[in-house]
Amino acid sequence: MRQTRGSLIPLGLAFVAAFISLVPLWYLVTQSLSKGLQPFVDEVFQERTLTLIIRSTVLVSAVTVMSAIIGTFTAWVVTLSGIRGRLILTIVFSLPLAIPSYLSAFAWISWKPELSGFLGSFIVLTFSCYPYVMLPVSAAMIRLDPVHEDIARTMGRSSIEIFGAAVLPQLRRSITSGSLLVALYAFSDFGAVAAMRHEVFTWVIYGAYRAGFNPTRAASLSIVLVLAALALTYAESISRGRDDSSRKATTARRRRRNTSWPLAVLTMIGALAVIIPGVIVPIVNIASWLGRTSSRSIDWASVWGATGQSFLNGSVTAIVTLLLALPVAWSAVRMTGKLAMIPERLTYITHALPGIVVAISVVYVGIRVARPWYQEFPLLIFGQVIIFLPVMVASLRAAFEKTPVALEEVAHSLGVGNVSTLLRVALPIAMPGILAGSALSMLAAVKELPVTLLLRPTGMDTLSTKIWDFSTISDYAAVGPYAIAMLILAALPTALLGTLSVMKDASS
Amino acid sequence: MSTSPALELTHVSHFFGSTQVLNDINLQVQHGSITALLGPSGEGKTTLLRIIAGLERPQQGSVQINNVVVADEKTWIPAHERGVALVPQEGALFPHLTVAENVAFGLKKRRSAAVKSRVAEMLELVGLPQSGNVRPSELSGGMQQRVALARALATQPTLVLLDEPFSALDAGLRESLRDHVVDILRAASATAIWVTHDQDEALSIADSVAVLLNGRIAQKSDPVSVYRTPQTPEVARFIGETVPFNGTVSSDGESVDTRFGNIGLLQHHQPGAATILIRPEQFEIVAADSAEATVVGEVTATRYFGHDGTVEVQLSDGVVATVRLHARLLPEVGSSVGVIVNGRVLAFQPT
Repeated sequence: MRQTRGSLIPLGLAFVAAFISLVPLWYLVTQSLSKGLQPFVDEVFQERTLTLIIRSTVLVSAVTVMSAIIGTFTAWVVTLSGIRGRLILTIVFSLPLAIPSYLSAFAWISWKPELSGFLGSFIVLTFSCYPYVMLPVSAAMIRLDPVHEDIARTMGRSSIEIFGAAVLPQLRRSITSGSLLVALYAFSDFGAVAAMRHEVFTWVIYGAYRAGFNPTRAASLSIVLVLAALALTYAESISRGRDDSSRKATTARRRRRNTSWPLAVLTMIGALAVIIPGVIVPIVNIASWLGRTSSRSIDWASVWGATGQSFLNGSVTAIVTLLLALPVAWSAVRMTGKLAMIPERLTYITHALPGIVVAISVVYVGIRVARPWYQEFPLLIFGQVIIFLPVMVASLRAAFEKTPVALEEVAHSLGVGNVSTLLRVALPIAMPGILAGSALSMLAAVKELPVTLLLRPTGMDTLSTKIWDFSTISDYAAVGPYAIAMLILAALPTALLGTLSVMKDASS
Repeated sequence: MSTSPALELTHVSHFFGSTQVLNDINLQVQHGSITALLGPSGEGKTTLLRIIAGLERPQQGSVQINNVVVADEKTWIPAHERGVALVPQEGALFPHLTVAENVAFGLKKRRSAAVKSRVAEMLELVGLPQSGNVRPSELSGGMQQRVALARALATQPTLVLLDEPFSALDAGLRESLRDHVVDILRAASATAIWVTHDQDEALSIADSVAVLLNGRIAQKSDPVSVYRTPQTPEVARFIGETVPFNGTVSSDGESVDTRFGNIGLLQHHQPGAATILIRPEQFEIVAADSAEATVVGEVTATRYFGHDGTVEVQLSDGVVATVRLHARLLPEVGSSVGVIVNGRVLAFQPT
């Protein structure tokens, strides 16, 4: 099919965005090979690297399996279980998204220092990550057409058989893709393992950077991490496949809710078993830090300054990311042909890049080509944008896919041109998705640690760097106000996200 | 109004990959007419509509609207500059806008008083004067389709394209809405192309029916001619049920000798062996022992449709004649009946 001229502009912009996001990766590769292949090989093929791989794999596997179980269970609780208060439970279950993994890790370790190492990392990462399974699975559960269950029931199957035969197969894809996201996140996480002093890849890379900055070792280990993450991404993209919106229930049929009280009690016990470690332990401990803070010793100016800086960083990152992601998502959804898919695929590569790797890569970019910006605000935003671009593209893509092409065709047939159609039809309909994507980026940027830590301009303090600085010297009394500010700031987009995900598409 | 056609397609061909979906389409549509584009599902009707609308570029041939070339090898005028308004299958109302905003969508200066009165006029025309502030999701399927029509007509397009507009509605609603929409199109003096796979719909709404078979326009004429004098046996079979028999056309080419006797031909045909096609409603059942009953057979099956019914009569040599009758006249299965033919019939080259 031939394209009209107008639609080549977004494709061009999409390619520009994709290449921008890949610049650091290029510098990472050239850096690791800058002294030839041999030093790279020496760094990678040694025993301690193998130990590192095994240790990271064990942690990631354990976190992923546990998150898949908890995520599916919580999704069931908030959608199909039929118990009361599902909306509130959705919000409570999503709260761990608002608590950065390093903050949660410091909360645990300030309470039980003996958890440091694998066990602590496992607990913190699992209860930080299960929402990544819960959100897609609960969306899939809402979409489930009860007619399939009715059919199974008329064929004389019991409830448990129905769940296995008619429900679970339809959820498999969302569970798989959510789990792979968890795996990717656990591989990339820096904050929790750093707080727990668990020597996995990201923590060791940071060490190599800090300890006199051994660029080749940091870059080489980063490459290994990138390869592992790319493999996961590839698996995730296969499992995700194409969109399956056609499976949406055609009519809004009401489900019959008949929850027996023993089941309700069991469900509530299960919910508490998630909420206590996921939400209550971190929040209670953070609150207890505040108790140690005498009100006079709070440096309010510094708290406000760091809050404002975090807000500014998050907003600017979200806006820039949105602008770059728009043409990428648009091309992927609305244009045909292999060429149109390339930018989205390219940006997806960076999805696999752990924050610490992006941070180090952008450091190289700064040193090699963008000297004036090195340790300046634009480069910090650049680093964050690269990390959050893929998530934004995915949100926008889903949002645009919800708009039937027919609507745009009708608009054209009524004499409305390409740009006006975009502004008057596509964007307004996609607005919930755009807001969700922006909220997600902003939330992530506020919580973000490694990129901020490495790329912040000298003297810039954000909530995340303040928390990090005080926590690493166990000065929890000083952390308190910053941690509370972080939770409040992060709760805003989380609330928006929760509302958007629960709000059943009222517009169509 | 000019006498030149509102739309003219010349030698339009289109392929999807190696599959040819449209093959040398030539079509003229006159101003103020309703043309039905009738064909089986998946035979390129929608593709042709999209080519006319400017949503798809034809690989060969040209499209002229109001004597202006909008698509050929060199020219390409996009959809939004064509003045061709689309009413798609399920209405495709903008879910984020009210009904009134939907109707005003294609108009300039949407906040002006002129637009407000135009929107009111359109909603009045489609019989929904009270629904301006309502969201599309609050309307029934039939109402949504009327809003979609109002939205299309509001821009005073050269052409209105309706793509199986009622396919999502149930049968009863479809019929009443169909008449309503035809009235609206007539009242607006609109030129319309109406895609459908439903023969009854095409025959009842259109001034002119274009039958699209195998990617070609097999016939284009008024509804009566399409039904009564189809140009090919394919058109005859597609437009309604037929029962084939062998016959011999007389030397003057005006009548045909069949087992039912000598029957007049609707169209001149060359003398000699021919296949004749008889519509089930042309048959009549008479008592087997009556004088008219030159052909007698046994009733093997009956089908009851309420308003009418069909009877299958197996003739002496095993050939089956399907007969359409008033429901109360259906004979008993197994009884012996006479079959006669009323009116003139069609002859085609023997197959």
